[in-house]
Amino acid sequence: MIRLERVTKLYKTSTRPALDRVSMEVGKGEFVFLIGPSGSGKSTFLRLLLREDVPTKGSIYVSDMNVTKLPRRRVPKLRQRIGCVFQDFRLLPSKTVGENVAFALEVIGKSRNTVSKVVPEVLDLVGLTGKANRMPHELSGGEQQRVAIARAFVNRPQVLLADEPTGNLDPDTSQDIMLLLERINRTGTTVLMATHDHSIVDSMRRRVVELDLGLVVRDDARGVYGVGR
Amino acid sequence: MRADFVTREVLTGLRRNVTMTIAMVLTTAISLGLVGTGLLAVRTIDRTEQLYSDRFEVQVTLTADISETDLDCSQPICTDLRNTLERSPLVESVRFQSQQEAYEHFQELFAGQALADVARPQSLPATLRVRLADQQAGADAVRQAMDGQVGVRNVIDQREVVSKLFDMIGNFRDVTFALAVVQAIAALLLISNTVQVSAFTRRTEVGVMRLVGATRWYTQLPFLIEAVVTGVVGALIAVAGLLAGKYLFIDQLLSGIVANGVVPPVELADIVWVAPILVMIGGGIAAVTGYATLRMYVRL
Ligand SMILES: Nc1ncnc2c1ncn2[C@@H]1O[C@H](COP(=O)(O)OP(=O)(O)OP(=O)(O)O)[C@@H](O)[C@H]1O
Ligand SMILES: [Mg+2]
Repeated sequence: MIRLERVTKLYKTSTRPALDRVSMEVGKGEFVFLIGPSGSGKSTFLRLLLREDVPTKGSIYVSDMNVTKLPRRRVPKLRQRIGCVFQDFRLLPSKTVGENVAFALEVIGKSRNTVSKVVPEVLDLVGLTGKANRMPHELSGGEQQRVAIARAFVNRPQVLLADEPTGNLDPDTSQDIMLLLERINRTGTTVLMATHDHSIVDSMRRRVVELDLGLVVRDDARGVYGVGR
Repeated sequence: MRADFVTREVLTGLRRNVTMTIAMVLTTAISLGLVGTGLLAVRTIDRTEQLYSDRFEVQVTLTADISETDLDCSQPICTDLRNTLERSPLVESVRFQSQQEAYEHFQELFAGQALADVARPQSLPATLRVRLADQQAGADAVRQAMDGQVGVRNVIDQREVVSKLFDMIGNFRDVTFALAVVQAIAALLLISNTVQVSAFTRRTEVGVMRLVGATRWYTQLPFLIEAVVTGVVGALIAVAGLLAGKYLFIDQLLSGIVANGVVPPVELADIVWVAPILVMIGGGIAAVTGYATLRMYVRL
């Protein structure tokens, strides 16, 4: 599903690479934690997958697409296959919950029928039944993140990328969000999540890839956050 | 492409920057109004040329004594002059207009005006009206042949009189076009600026759009349409301005000389002819500016 071959990313303004010859493979339906100290390159990793940026060296493949060689006009196709959530939710404050989710479908040209059918379904899935007409500021952080997940998932992407999705949430709410991500993972969606949260990683016992200064220093099939950290 | 989506985005965008939108519309309107005025001036020049081209004559006015004594150009001095003219290959025809005829023509021309009452037949000269076969060389030839001849008072080339009028309308046209260009630059900068502001205020939306895989068209079209809408609205206001200008101002200003056939009127049809040109210029320029701005300044 995702393959990186000796991917190096060197930002122009920095002397050491943000990612250093990273090679790894993620299979279809896998759940992977990406951990590592601040500045270790986790966000950079996710940005490269989305083609927000291009690697300095190496190649990246997502499903059957060569991300590094993808022509500009095909980038939207790639992004339609990848859902994305962030620490700061990135909801549109002037739109309702339902409109926020619908927006993601409208802008890729889905028909009105599809939108009105699919949006309530996905809101049910993330546990926001009956909240479609709320505004984002009328929701708790956890609920806002659910909206963001609904929006990322509504087009049924093959991959879901999450960059510290629980970074702004308390432990209980974080746990709920993790259950939701697990449920999405069980539908066959590959989930890749960057996080600092020890307890989540430790309790889930999933594959853990650890980065440090841009290097992959660990890749455990059923790992914990780290010994002695 | 979902039309309802794009429409909604455009309306939101326009509403969000109301003051900017109004400034943009007005500047565009003034610029296009000037362009329209210039185009109307060009049209008037063409019409005026047509109006006169078949009437151009060189007038050889006769001295007062001949004017009074020879009423039908039957006496030697006048017939000599006339024969000289008719013999020239550059001359098509010569018509004699007596003092009395000149007076009647004058009365017709200034009917109802004070000038008509004070004029007396004796104050107007008799004239040999010369139609030229050769518009280029004819006037000079007639002037050379007639100047200083006995019985000739002076030689008037109508084209010289009219060319002053053309110069005037031409200058007016140049000034309006120059002002239009200055205004157009202001309009361009405003459009470009508005597109940038618009893109900035909607950066969250655009960010989400990019993230979920909206194509370039979807992310940019709302901005482009927004610009085009203001351009077109500006053009429509400009047309309204031209109409108002015609009925409230130009018609009265020109009424005297139009009635005398000196200058053709600015007709409703002329404005109808200008309107689509202005709309196309307005929409086109806005679209191009918007597109260029998005390309150069805005990362979508
Ligand atoms: N746009 C950029 N330009 C220059 N350097 C950058 C840019 N983005 C990230 N970096 C640098 O690349 C390195 C990796 O950054 P990255 O954001 O990927 O880290 P991270 O693992 O996500 O950190 P955190 O856990 O704090 O989010 C850092 O040293 C950072 O300073
Ligand atoms: Mg990060």
